[in-house]
Amino acid sequence: MASGNSISAARADALIQARGLRFAYEADRWVVDDVSLDLKRGALAALIGANGSGKSTLIRLLAGLRSASAGEVLFSGQPLKGIPRKRLARSLAYVPQINPMIFPFTAMEVVLTGRSPYTPRFRFENRLDVEQALMALAAVGAAHLAPRPVTELSGGERQLVAVARALAQEPECLILDEPAAALDLKHRAALIRILRQLRDRQGMTALMVTHDLQLLDPAFDRVFAIHRGSLLAEGSPGQVLRGEVLSRVYEDPQVRARKLEGRTFVWSGT
Amino acid sequence: MDASPQVPEGAGSSQQSTPSSPRRPGNASRAAPRNLIRPLILVLLFLAASTLVSLWVGYRLLDLSLLREDETARSLFFQLRLPRVVMAGILGASLGSVGACLQAFFRNPLAEPFTLGVSGGGTLGASVAIAFGWGITLAGVPMVFLAAFAGSAVAVLVVYWLSRTGDVVMPGTLLLAGVVVNLIASAGVILIQYIADYSRALQILRWTIGTIDVVGFDRIWRMLILLIPGWAILLAIARDLHLLAMGEESAASLGVNVRRCERLVYIASSLIVGVAVAEGGTIAFVGLIIPHAVRLVLGQDVRLVLPCSFLVGAGFLMLADALARTALTSGELPVGAVTAVIGGVTFLGLLRRQRRFSAI
Repeated sequence: MASGNSISAARADALIQARGLRFAYEADRWVVDDVSLDLKRGALAALIGANGSGKSTLIRLLAGLRSASAGEVLFSGQPLKGIPRKRLARSLAYVPQINPMIFPFTAMEVVLTGRSPYTPRFRFENRLDVEQALMALAAVGAAHLAPRPVTELSGGERQLVAVARALAQEPECLILDEPAAALDLKHRAALIRILRQLRDRQGMTALMVTHDLQLLDPAFDRVFAIHRGSLLAEGSPGQVLRGEVLSRVYEDPQVRARKLEGRTFVWSGT
Repeated sequence: MDASPQVPEGAGSSQQSTPSSPRRPGNASRAAPRNLIRPLILVLLFLAASTLVSLWVGYRLLDLSLLREDETARSLFFQLRLPRVVMAGILGASLGSVGACLQAFFRNPLAEPFTLGVSGGGTLGASVAIAFGWGITLAGVPMVFLAAFAGSAVAVLVVYWLSRTGDVVMPGTLLLAGVVVNLIASAGVILIQYIADYSRALQILRWTIGTIDVVGFDRIWRMLILLIPGWAILLAIARDLHLLAMGEESAASLGVNVRRCERLVYIASSLIVGVAVAEGGTIAFVGLIIPHAVRLVLGQDVRLVLPCSFLVGAGFLMLADALARTALTSGELPVGAVTAVIGGVTFLGLLRRQRRFSAI
């Protein structure tokens, strides 16, 4: 496993850089408080932290969905704010946490919207776009869902469709907000496998918020842990997934981590 | 980042092997890209048929030979029946397309100008203008239009402001706020009628019921000055609305400027509904029924539903008005009452069906 600990050298090939990010929904209650981090090109990274620690807000800032109160985000060395929305959508895809659907769009229609950054405003998607969308669905093992209305799908299936839509954007970087939450054991493992394949074959970068710490070691390259809006630890899964670090991240002295057969297992309690 | 297919083919095939998933990328008909031509032809046929029917029927059936020879018949046709049918078409198109727009934008299948209080606000604005005098114009644009536009705009803002908490628009609150704004507006209208002098009060009363009453094309041209920009905005943002209908955050991540789209929806819908209300009074539920009917036939794609609701709305209101003109042997029904009966029942049906959706 390539370890990324030469931090000063990493600057050059960082795809997303955050510098002193701060964000507050209400005045002076910082949800994200002075976060600086580098997400290396081609890295599969995880963002962990307790409920309400500001994970979702942080990745929204990184994805350009909110603008920070202070600090800035650089994407490929350019300020995120200065990149036109449509161009950004071709390089960076975001998979939201929950995807409530009111209208019974088909899964295909949903995935096809991932092609909209490439199609002109007044044109429908062409055959090539449709093929791309089908491939994206097939990549997450959900090709059979294409004609189904999303309102009839289970939470996990809907999550797969959302990931497929993001893949249809052909992004350089995927940002996912708890994509594994609604997935069962098998699909969780499959999702991680897909992310790793995309990294290995195309050098795709991915940052994923997750509560499922068993997924991280050895699949991920880097783990960021935040605590009350601030970055508390960062490093390889082996470096972050340790009892003494996680106890502080989750404010739970009972967190334990144990290495077994090359994987790190984490639990809390007796 | 182009050329090479980004997605690893057969990623699902290796070990994960969902029984039916890989190696079967949908059947041919599903893979066909969408286009506008066929639905458009279908809808235009409906529009043409309803135009012919509504031009044909009326106080007397159309008599083509009489039209060719008789001066009076000709002027009756061109000064009364034709403008009226055109007016019905314009109003129906306006309400239908705004309905489709609001439903997608608020992600609420029960949203439409009437249920969101937009027409109520417009009615109040127009009533104020009528109380001061119907004829006043500002640079050729009747004051009633502008006042109704202002009333509608205020209504949209109030309703949206009430129902939005943070990033979420609560569907229940949205409709409730719409109802309350409607109630307040109609209370305001009653007050104005009470205060205004007798003839103007009667004018307001007749007009609020929702009748299409037009002589010649003069007013139609004046309406179009305001309506055409509104329609153009709606059609231009149809794709953004399509993405928004699937969720605000994902739309934003796909490059939609949500704030700008929001402003355009406000301006266009209050402009269109304001003018439509100023001219036709409250014609309820057209904006509800039409997009639903269109979706039933053509599917969910807002880029299809919006333009088709425009055309089908036009045809529908022409027919409804033809019915209103001919249902009674003497005199006519207000078209607003006809659509309210049809639409109200549809609304209740939808409300009942909507309980199945988990989204409250």
